[in-house]
Amino acid sequence: MKPGYGRPLDIRHGRIDMSHGGGGRAMAQLIEQLFMAELDNPYLAQGSDGALLPEVAGRLVVATDSHVVSPLFFPGGDIGCLAVHGTLNDVAMMGARPLYLTAAFILEEGFPLSDLQRIVSSMARASRETGVPVVAGDTKVVERGKGDGVFISTTGVGVVAEGVTLSGHTARPGDKILLSGTIGDHGMAILSQREGLSFDAPIVSDTAALHELVATMLGTGAQIRVLRDPTRGGLATALNEIASQSGVGMLLEEAAIPVSAAVSAACEFLGLDPLYVANEGKLIAICAAGHADRLLDAMRAHPLGQAAAIIGEVVEDDHAFVQMKTRLGGYRMVDWLAGEQLPRIC
Amino acid sequence: MKFVDEFRDGQLAQAIAAHIAREARPERRYRLMEFCGGHTHAISRYGLADLLPTNVRMIHGPGCPVCVLPIGRIDQAIHLAREQGVILCTYGDAMRIPASGGASLLRARTQGANVRMVYSIEDALKIARDHPQQEVVFLAIGFETTTPPTAAAILQAAAEGLDNFSILCNHVLTPAAMHAILAAEGGVSLDGFVGPAHVSTVIGSQPYEVFAKDYRKPVVIAGFEPLDVMQAILMLIRQVNEGRAAVENEFTRAVTKVGNPKAQALVDAVFEPRDVFEWRGLGILPRSALKLRTQYAAFDAELKFGVGYQAVPDHKGCECAAILRGEKHPQDCKIFGTACTPDTPVGACMVSSEGACAAHYSYGRFRTSRGGEAA
Repeated sequence: MKPGYGRPLDIRHGRIDMSHGGGGRAMAQLIEQLFMAELDNPYLAQGSDGALLPEVAGRLVVATDSHVVSPLFFPGGDIGCLAVHGTLNDVAMMGARPLYLTAAFILEEGFPLSDLQRIVSSMARASRETGVPVVAGDTKVVERGKGDGVFISTTGVGVVAEGVTLSGHTARPGDKILLSGTIGDHGMAILSQREGLSFDAPIVSDTAALHELVATMLGTGAQIRVLRDPTRGGLATALNEIASQSGVGMLLEEAAIPVSAAVSAACEFLGLDPLYVANEGKLIAICAAGHADRLLDAMRAHPLGQAAAIIGEVVEDDHAFVQMKTRLGGYRMVDWLAGEQLPRIC
Repeated sequence: MKFVDEFRDGQLAQAIAAHIAREARPERRYRLMEFCGGHTHAISRYGLADLLPTNVRMIHGPGCPVCVLPIGRIDQAIHLAREQGVILCTYGDAMRIPASGGASLLRARTQGANVRMVYSIEDALKIARDHPQQEVVFLAIGFETTTPPTAAAILQAAAEGLDNFSILCNHVLTPAAMHAILAAEGGVSLDGFVGPAHVSTVIGSQPYEVFAKDYRKPVVIAGFEPLDVMQAILMLIRQVNEGRAAVENEFTRAVTKVGNPKAQALVDAVFEPRDVFEWRGLGILPRSALKLRTQYAAFDAELKFGVGYQAVPDHKGCECAAILRGEKHPQDCKIFGTACTPDTPVGACMVSSEGACAAHYSYGRFRTSRGGEAA
């Protein structure tokens, strides 16, 4: 479009209407003046149906994730940066260095353009900070009432260095279980916002990209067998997945699992167990026992792993039960989550 | 966390455990029933069975509001939502209780019934205010703890003239259930009760005197924190050893002898005992539940919509009834962990985290799957 022959997008007062998904001039304008303006990079600027990317040496990892979080803006983040972090972390948990992202937006008719710009701008910031460009995208609009503001799907591509093989199937009895920090922060930040609860110190989402922490950990040469980010379903669910895939049991030490005082209090108040509450900036590492201390030191030296801890060990168990020694000295199971604890958390 | 961590202190727990181990006489068994699901949950979640000698055995009681509701009561709620087109408001757990023909409120909702999960009856009142053209029914369940808020809501609805609001009243009475367990012929043999925590804040410790006096069973009222439970167990063992049967109060930080007279007056103003009420597991018990007094009959959904009560037998193979009476353990049930799991509950005890089966499945099944002694 020639500058000067059209009215610029009124981001301040405008709202999404059906024409923004219609493939015509309005859609072109939205993409150019909002999405391209924020997410600008040479691949996106190609303006074709897809992005043509340079050759990559090494095995590729692809991961995809949809984001439907409600509310869209929450303490510590919003759906924009979450959509970047969530997918990058899935790529990183494969031991890969993330290279590119794509993003698909489903917008609801009537959604304020100012909110959309905040979200895309947050996404762009997260993309710049992590050094991973959004190289392709899509927008669709659905009628009012058929969506809830905005849903974002992102796909990430990364490359795995030679010799790195991480898989949920490889945990072995005797291995140590490490956790990179406190649990439950993201879920409780969302929930306290949703329920209008306020605490002395607000609970802030831990949403963060973990690929640099992962690179640091891989750099130690420690024999890491599994990496996983405990998102929906929390720590308990992620550990049960690994135990079941590897055909092993786990024994956790409740007192070793870091939980912030605020999250602990909020969970108590709402009758939730922090073991089942979502995280967006934490990882679990399972590594050979002899390398655990070295790995822990490296994690603690990284800003995203300062509160890292060894929380338990892998044991032999045909039932693949995750058990925990409680603070009181008794034992309990840490089972799979039954039902849905908190809908639309990410 | 202040005022909570103090009651979950591992060292103190070990100290109480040492006392229990020292004082429990090896030549006898101690069979203690924790009445409340809250206690069941604490025992399972903190693994307290591991801190007790093997001759001190905890037996789960019927104090779980979701568990004691018979199928017929859930059928009534589903009927109202499905056939009468009301907005049916309920607590989350109640949505998953299995009803007749594989139905549940959750399933009714997926089939288009207007069922809404609320956190309190206040939310249901608000829904009624916001939808004056629609009938709103609250499925009121629970022991004496949840009855006063229901009474307050009825008074509020009456004051506002909120005539599209009503309740399906299933409030039940703790002492009646304890009587039923003790009076049952060939029933479970017990050496004492860990008495209710929150219920007792309302009714006080006095209503349990009869169990000490007439049935010679010690009762120790205890809070829901793990150290409360441990301390109560120790106090019960001491009473048993001394041949005493008294009502003692471990939960003095919240419970008095007379309870909360204001709450009691509120309940008395709004409710009166039903002649009979069917409980899951305990059968039909006289004066064991409440209904609205005549002057508030307009808020009684059973009368308003003419929904009669139809008793429905439990699922064949489901042992909830015997488990609620303390006669069987969850792992004694053939369908435990096979057909019946927290994801696909067949019996009500597998629904709420306070239910004996759900607690054993989620926290304790590693014990029995190895052929070990059950919690």
